Amino acid sequence: MNKQQWICGLLAGLVVCFCGGADWRQFRGPGGTGVSAETNLPTQWSENENIAWKVALPGRGLSGPIVIGDRVVVTASTGYRQDRLHVFCFDAKTGKKRWQRRFWSTGRTMTHGKICPAAPTPVSDGKRIFATFSTNDVVCLDLEGNLKWLRGLTHDYPNASNSLGMASSPIVVGETFVYQVENDSQSLAVGLNIETGKNRWLIDRPKKASWTSPVVLAGQDGEEEVLVLQSGSGLHAYNPTSGDSLWSYQKGCSTIPSSAVGGGLIIAPSNGLTALRPVSVGSEPEMVWQDNRLAPSTASPLVYQDHVYTVNKVGVVKCADLKTGELAWQLRIKGPFSGTPVAADGNLYFFNEKGVGQVVKTGEKGELVGSGDLGEVILCSPAISNGAIYVRSDGHLWKIAKKSADK
Amino acid sequence: MRSRVISFTVALSTAFSAMSVHGAELQSLLKTLSQMEGAGGNNPAATRAWDELTRTSPEDLPEILAAFDDCTVIGANWLNLAVDTIADRALDEGAKLPAKGLEGFVLDHQRNPRARRLAYDLLLRVDPAAKGRLVPTMLNDPGVEFRRDAVAHLLGQADGLFAGKDVQETRLLQELVYRQTLNAARDDDQIKVIVQKLKKLGVQVDLPRHFGFLMNWKTIGPFENKGRAGFAVVYPPEKEMNLAAQYEGSSGAVKWQDYQTTDDYGMVNINQPYGMLKEVLAYAVTDFDSAVEQEVELRLGCKNAWKVWLNGELLFQRDEYHRGMRLDQYRLKANLKKGRNVILVKLCQNEQMESWTKEWQFQLRVCDATGTAILSTTRQPTKAARK
Repeated sequence: MNKQQWICGLLAGLVVCFCGGADWRQFRGPGGTGVSAETNLPTQWSENENIAWKVALPGRGLSGPIVIGDRVVVTASTGYRQDRLHVFCFDAKTGKKRWQRRFWSTGRTMTHGKICPAAPTPVSDGKRIFATFSTNDVVCLDLEGNLKWLRGLTHDYPNASNSLGMASSPIVVGETFVYQVENDSQSLAVGLNIETGKNRWLIDRPKKASWTSPVVLAGQDGEEEVLVLQSGSGLHAYNPTSGDSLWSYQKGCSTIPSSAVGGGLIIAPSNGLTALRPVSVGSEPEMVWQDNRLAPSTASPLVYQDHVYTVNKVGVVKCADLKTGELAWQLRIKGPFSGTPVAADGNLYFFNEKGVGQVVKTGEKGELVGSGDLGEVILCSPAISNGAIYVRSDGHLWKIAKKSADK
Repeated sequence: MRSRVISFTVALSTAFSAMSVHGAELQSLLKTLSQMEGAGGNNPAATRAWDELTRTSPEDLPEILAAFDDCTVIGANWLNLAVDTIADRALDEGAKLPAKGLEGFVLDHQRNPRARRLAYDLLLRVDPAAKGRLVPTMLNDPGVEFRRDAVAHLLGQADGLFAGKDVQETRLLQELVYRQTLNAARDDDQIKVIVQKLKKLGVQVDLPRHFGFLMNWKTIGPFENKGRAGFAVVYPPEKEMNLAAQYEGSSGAVKWQDYQTTDDYGMVNINQPYGMLKEVLAYAVTDFDSAVEQEVELRLGCKNAWKVWLNGELLFQRDEYHRGMRLDQYRLKANLKKGRNVILVKLCQNEQMESWTKEWQFQLRVCDATGTAILSTTRQPTKAARK
């Protein structure tokens, strides 16, 4: 590489660093925290205000959008039997479709009528897109939509399904793609090699339906990250590369909202809400606090700025101190909620099932500072990237942003 | 000048990207992909083959689609994603898709129905008028999606078809059209609409016969299923098929008894003979006389744990309780022998007490891969008990 090429490369890198903004590559975004470093996000929107673009989706879905650079990726399912599965990639700036890939379900498509097979949010490692569906079909595509590999996990494990549908969103930890397929019959979790799609490990999981998604604890003192899977029986920690068991917490957990992580704690929907601090391999984590008044409903808890937030089934948002669990404030907003809230720039973003987004400013007291009605059923958790909020319904994908965000 | 440059660039780009992958090489790639099995074992080789295949010319699409005729479930998705990618690239680069070849493929009923549907979707991208040309001819197509489109098309037209004709003639023609659509329809939502239209004309539809539901059974139970353990227990009906026998059940002696459902959707309600019991199981058995040796599908709807045997061979089992039920929830491939076949169902009820866990029932039908009913040669007339 000559000097000129080196300088060009450096400049290109700087452009990406300073203009690219942060990706939102999985359910609950960076690190699965639900927190974005973005600022200057809108707090009000309507059909004529702060909608950068809106595109029609030809299929149903409650999976959240993900954002990789200038690509917005979303999944959907179509057909009378919901057996056509789709991955769409849109240009983040214009909303123009860059590519679309589709294939057939190889697993069961039956779900509760409220949901559909396009329930899990896809995940990306920045180079690849991994899309999963309630049918347990997994496809790995590159950013241009080229197929790298695919799996049909119900084909491989024929009783791994839930007649209500499954919704666990996968994650990537290092070189391993992790997916929970937890149900009443053939319950399991797999770690797949991200290059080949082959099993690195397979773990038998409790035979009880669960819709929760895995979380990752940062490794301490150079140690490897820790994978934590949630089920009705509690939490179980594994080495993400080998699948080896590390520790467990056996006091039960919800099977719908997922745990959150932050401040070295796991905030588990267990006996209300329980803060746990992992201790060591083989030891049950230390319980830091527990409060049954903080129990979340469908939406998962959120850790943000040294506080933990939950929303219950009647739409009451509760804020508690992360270290002590002490209730700081509560605020009733309009529910009900299926999608997990996200946070950025001192605000919490909630989208209720009726399509109404509500912005709650955090602080000593919670304050509703804005809202926007998209007028369609929204069950997903939104994505935040490049000064914009992305959210989808069964029929549309929206980019909500101030005009200045596109410049 | 600019347009000539663009045309030249497009042609060059297409020629370059669609580098020749022909003859034996193409067949080799198709074989690799079409024979992909589960577990991801051959994924690296398939990835290489897929990359090669997607560089082929769009003119090869009919040949690629033909590979669906002999492919695995997993292989079909490798091919599907390749077909779409080839088509997308070609259209992006301004190249054409082989419309004539695609239409010929769509019309060839011997081809794989899913491959034909893919070909149809591609055809519509370059020839949207093909829909109006093809769909009305597809009422009895082997592909269920084509049938669905054709039924919807005819239903959409039916109400306006007979304006101006006399009342009696209109009624007869409408009945004829709705019977025709009913014969073609395989999807329950469309069937429900047609049944209502026929009902308004005073025509009753034998729905169990249309679907092929099995209505006449013998049942035995209850046997114990405490802690859901009975699912794995081999009770006597699994060891011998002696309809005169008497066995020890969960609360005394039990023996086989007749059960006939009159439900339009063939629901076999085990609560009827035994009461609303919990932590028990029962068996149901029926004969099916097949005119010929044939491959069929047994389609089951059930929200209890179950096992199904055909002629003593376990077809599938599932220990999920009360997560939902729907028509054709499970599709079990099976081979009927000519003459008498015995279908045995084990149906388990668990310990849950919520109101939505009372059901202890199943529905089972015999059909082909398109959902067309296959009837036993000794099928009895359906008893009318319309609700």
